[in-house]
Amino acid sequence: MNKLFCVRKLLATPLAVCAVLLPTQGAAEGPPLPAGLAPADIGEPALPTGMGEVAAPAAGEAGAADDAAGKPGLLRFWDTRLGVRTQDDDLVDDDFTLVETRLRLEYQREWEQAEFVLKSDLLFDALADDRGIDIEKREGWLQLREAKLGLQPHSKVDIALGRQVLTWGTGDLIFINDLFPKDFNSFFIGRAEEYLKSPVDALRVSGFFDLFNIDLVYSPRFDSNLYLDTQRLSFFGSPGDTTLPVDAPDDWFSDDEFYLRAYRRSGSWELALYGYDGFWKGPKGFDINRQVYLFPRLAVYGVSARGPLAGGIFNVEYGYYDSKDMGLHGSDHAPPSEQRLLLGYQRELARELTLGLQYYVTHIEDYGDYQDDRLPGLPDRDRNRHMVTARLSKLLMNQDLRLSLFAFVSPSDKDGYLRPQLHYKLDDRRSVEVGANVFFGEDDDTFFGQLSDNTNIYTAFRSDY
Amino acid sequence: MFGFFGKRTVGAAVISAQFVFVGSAVAQDAPPVEDIVEKTNCVAYYAGRDGRAQVSMTITDDQGRTRSRRMSILRRDATSGERELSGCRDQKYYVYFHRPTDVRGTVLTVWKHSSQEDDRWLYLPALDLVKRVAAGDKRTSFVGSHFFYEDISGRNITEDEHELVEAGANYYVIKGRPADPESVEFKHYVIWIHRSTFIPVKVEFFDAQDRLYRIYQATKVETVQGRPTVVESRMEDRVRGGNTTLRFSRVQYDLGIGNEIFDERFLRNPPRDLLR
Repeated sequence: MNKLFCVRKLLATPLAVCAVLLPTQGAAEGPPLPAGLAPADIGEPALPTGMGEVAAPAAGEAGAADDAAGKPGLLRFWDTRLGVRTQDDDLVDDDFTLVETRLRLEYQREWEQAEFVLKSDLLFDALADDRGIDIEKREGWLQLREAKLGLQPHSKVDIALGRQVLTWGTGDLIFINDLFPKDFNSFFIGRAEEYLKSPVDALRVSGFFDLFNIDLVYSPRFDSNLYLDTQRLSFFGSPGDTTLPVDAPDDWFSDDEFYLRAYRRSGSWELALYGYDGFWKGPKGFDINRQVYLFPRLAVYGVSARGPLAGGIFNVEYGYYDSKDMGLHGSDHAPPSEQRLLLGYQRELARELTLGLQYYVTHIEDYGDYQDDRLPGLPDRDRNRHMVTARLSKLLMNQDLRLSLFAFVSPSDKDGYLRPQLHYKLDDRRSVEVGANVFFGEDDDTFFGQLSDNTNIYTAFRSDY
Repeated sequence: MFGFFGKRTVGAAVISAQFVFVGSAVAQDAPPVEDIVEKTNCVAYYAGRDGRAQVSMTITDDQGRTRSRRMSILRRDATSGERELSGCRDQKYYVYFHRPTDVRGTVLTVWKHSSQEDDRWLYLPALDLVKRVAAGDKRTSFVGSHFFYEDISGRNITEDEHELVEAGANYYVIKGRPADPESVEFKHYVIWIHRSTFIPVKVEFFDAQDRLYRIYQATKVETVQGRPTVVESRMEDRVRGGNTTLRFSRVQYDLGIGNEIFDERFLRNPPRDLLR
């Protein structure tokens, strides 16, 4: 088929163009070089195949493609991990934080204006008490990562329906306007980084216009961040080996969420507006009577810009977190509204050595009211929480070895988190990884300080298919 | 000519806004070096208004171990209505990775600018993440191969000075020197340009000690839609050892690839028809 195609193309080729390929032997030798201008030992390279020969170009060759990629099979990767905490923790029985092996299965089917994508993990998690499947809670031995139908009903509209992973915003592991659910548990115990993003069950409609593009995501039922697993990690207020009592919004079509992004490019700069209408993603509220944690209502409005600056990439992102029920209402307590601002810059320091720096501040609105309403059991937060992050990564050994360190440090909360990683590719298929999650802090009620007994190291082996 | 990897490097090396013309006495039957450079630029960079190819890459290290990469590449040149500088229009590239399998579905887009730093984005499908990539040092390895990043996104045309040193039966031989020697690892290079097709066939890079350390060679040329196209090339590292072979297949020009293909929309939803 390719051959036929090329022959047809050749027939259509004007003779004049073919003449370009006629041999050059007829041309006279150039005059001898003046002495000293060119080194005498410069030999002429041999002509490559197909050039300077009297022959017409080999018709079949350009089209005789090696197959583009082959059809990928069902099995995508096999990933095995082992993690252990480096200190005793009275609240957690097990010394292990991670003992698991998983197979990723993927299936994809395409039609003219549609495609279906299914990504699922078969997981053996030795630390899980209950391996029963709960697709909605993303628990059990079968985990549905993506199951979405993609449609293109119009040349300027894309639709994705079903379970999908969504990301937007400009931060590096800091999310202001990306309100899609996160799985910090997986992140903190050393699972592959993709598991930080928990999938959403939603309808995404994307429109592409001259002035701007728009993404609208509707999730008919609230998806919170996944909880920290109290069997593996201990944190402020965590009750040891029982789960946190929570009352999460879970009514279909009434406890729903809207995510919105409008974005465009302006030269090399990317500009975006964001909106969110839903709930706080973590259990930030509390019902005093029932003694359960709540997910109070939240709306977020934000903007971001990203573009080149001084040989690197600069980004700025802002979000206003409008806590709809802030303060104490009856027996329900909700957190204060906040402003969040992120400034980031990344550039290459030396060959294959990259540094990314971010400054992130969270500012509590109506701080006086916040302090008046604060419940005794909840952390006493500063008005401004400042955080600085640095990501340093270096590639070595023909890029087979990647060393990286991501550091979060909050000078105001006096806490932090280090994430050193070594990743080595044994060959095109197999890789090994060694890493650590190091938490530190002076107080046990700050974000990272509360996790300071959970410092762990882990190792992983992965094979891709 | 398709003008992606090796050929682009070479093409880039030939082009200069500061032509040092010392070659007039060398070859009386040769056109002025500006013309050779212009022509090579056209052949190496701007074959058709757009193009596509399947690229497979075999990387062999100094101990003989091999790694392979496979990708689909799309290219589109700015049309006259869009940004244009004489003979050096802006271009956009779309690189979709098929292999190795751990990066399958990853997409790199490059908006190559003639008058400013290139813009680059990397899409990581597992996280649905569109990452902006800093321009950085362009003379670092592209996906672990012996070809440099600059070999894909192109070398700024004002960065070298050139002289024609020989016009033989088959080749024009041109020597290039960086205008800013601090900015690159080579002291000079010598390039052989095929006389009738203006395809750069071989480039030898020399370091500060005048040692030949890096060699590019086009090893196979085919004519696609009337355009001579390098379909196999090789980059060799003489100092650290090892080499990378590039093979292009399914090369096609003038498909009418739209400008929107290089936007965020098609990072998330790859244009499968074009990538096959």
